[in-house]
Amino acid sequence: MTDLTDTRAEVRSARTSARKAGRTGAALAPYLQAAPMALVFLIFFVLPLAATIAVSFWQYTQYSIEPAFTAQNYGDVFYGCLANLPSLCTTFLTYISTLKFCLIVWATTLTIGFTIAYFLAFHVRTLKVQVICFLLCTIPFWTSIVIRMISWIPLLGRNGLVNQTLMGMGVIDSPLEGLLYSDFAVILALTHLYTLFMVVPIFNSLMRIDRSLIEAARDAGASDLQTLRHVIVPLAKPGILIGSIFVVTVVMGDFLTIGIMGGQQIASVGKVIQTQMQFLQFPLAAANAVILLAAVLAAVWALLRLVDIRKEL
Amino acid sequence: MHESRPRSFYALALFFAVFLLFLYGPMISILVLSFQGPEGGLVFPMTGFSTHWFQRLRDGGGQVEIGPALRRSFVLALVVMILTVTISVLAGLAFRRQFRGATVLLYVAIASLIVPSIVVSLGIALEFRLIDDAIKAFGASAGIDWIQSDFVSALGPFTSGLGAHLTWTLPFGLLIMFAVFNRFDPAYEEAARDLGASPWQTFRHVTLPMIAPFLIGVAVFGFTLSWDELARSSQVMGARNTLPMQLAAKTTTVTDPEIYALGTATTGGSILLVLVTFTAISLMQRRRAARR
Repeated sequence: MTDLTDTRAEVRSARTSARKAGRTGAALAPYLQAAPMALVFLIFFVLPLAATIAVSFWQYTQYSIEPAFTAQNYGDVFYGCLANLPSLCTTFLTYISTLKFCLIVWATTLTIGFTIAYFLAFHVRTLKVQVICFLLCTIPFWTSIVIRMISWIPLLGRNGLVNQTLMGMGVIDSPLEGLLYSDFAVILALTHLYTLFMVVPIFNSLMRIDRSLIEAARDAGASDLQTLRHVIVPLAKPGILIGSIFVVTVVMGDFLTIGIMGGQQIASVGKVIQTQMQFLQFPLAAANAVILLAAVLAAVWALLRLVDIRKEL
Repeated sequence: MHESRPRSFYALALFFAVFLLFLYGPMISILVLSFQGPEGGLVFPMTGFSTHWFQRLRDGGGQVEIGPALRRSFVLALVVMILTVTISVLAGLAFRRQFRGATVLLYVAIASLIVPSIVVSLGIALEFRLIDDAIKAFGASAGIDWIQSDFVSALGPFTSGLGAHLTWTLPFGLLIMFAVFNRFDPAYEEAARDLGASPWQTFRHVTLPMIAPFLIGVAVFGFTLSWDELARSSQVMGARNTLPMQLAAKTTTVTDPEIYALGTATTGGSILLVLVTFTAISLMQRRRAARR
């Protein structure tokens, strides 16, 4: 009898310890599962950013970089910026140009994106048609960005379709020069590339709006425009915010679209960094990158504030 | 049943149609121009209709030399795809439970999307330069021959390039997994566990089949994001180029429609890939629905 109780007790204790082991295993599991992602971000994102900040304070010669502290790189970036005011230095001009593209592309993608999202969310009635419309919008997205930029050449080029048509109609006598490789081309291409990133999050927000709220606004006598302004737009804010952050940050760091569509003639912060890398001026490029990063974070912070402040009003 | 449409519907429908034209117009123009006759140029009008430029592209030796870059991009995209799916699923599972550092990891993932690609690219390039210096210093001090004579750089498509692409694909993969697991009913897993399934068996036979269609989505996303990636690749591929880099370098020098033929070919390939994927997903879902 005693043997039996002993065995029972043993079995029970073995079970509890097994369960305990299982439980510690289970407690450890999420850490092991998250480890690969954490490791990738540590090696290829966190450490590189740390390296950038560190190197931006290093000295360099023509062929090497040396870990000796200096703030000279930042001084070089802003060389003559304060002394020569009110005339602007290259760095300020570059940032102003980049900010200009940011604001214009933000305005165009937001306007077009919101309108499209509004149409899809409120006027397209069945899920099936919505899915089809979305697929239609996303198919061009599966093409290389470079190809999508090149495809403007036959339309906007000097002998392109637009010039041919306008001349054929007799609107102009000689081809317009500023269509391709200009500010206009850059804005057009950026809008073309990134409007969809505005449509998706705004559409998502619009679909979550309780339809009875809109009915209530109508019943209370609000016009369509008033409903839009006071009910729909405020409720779509999270989507607008996500889309805006994406577009603004992408345009601020852009160097490819501005490079290709601007015919390598228009300055941008990203292009400055790229050029300095080519000339092996790593600490200078790093200093520019740190400043760009600060500018982007400031823009994101400003966008977040914009929404919060309005929420309080 | 059928209430009449408000007038705003027609205005907005027209706007949507114009938007689609704006999206497709340029693509259609290069699609048409890629069949330009042998003497044709980069713009309209067409001088005949031929597959001349596609043949040039296939045979090689024209203005666009893409063979090695294309193969490299394809293999890299495959590796990125496999890693993105695996790492995202694992992390997605981790985020279903609480663990210390979860918030930090999420913020880092989102930051990885927001930080400009040129900054990430530069950062990885600098990091690998420092690693190179360290390896060379080590080789010199320890007297290791092959480092001193043969080692050039650790930068390359499958070291720094792979990492750069993952910083771009993983945040998307993670966000998709959030959406998937938010709608996932844990009752199925509990049932499996009650029936005596081990955690691995539960995952293999219950969780995995249920999330499989979404994983195909993550895979396609990972593949195409890597396949098209250009901004983050710019500084980290070492001496090798990927296909988009090769294309970007050609934009200013190419003077014949061969590049359009390439555009048509790659676009066709991408659309085919997406169609195959969607068919696969819908077949999987239909088969599952039939089994119920």
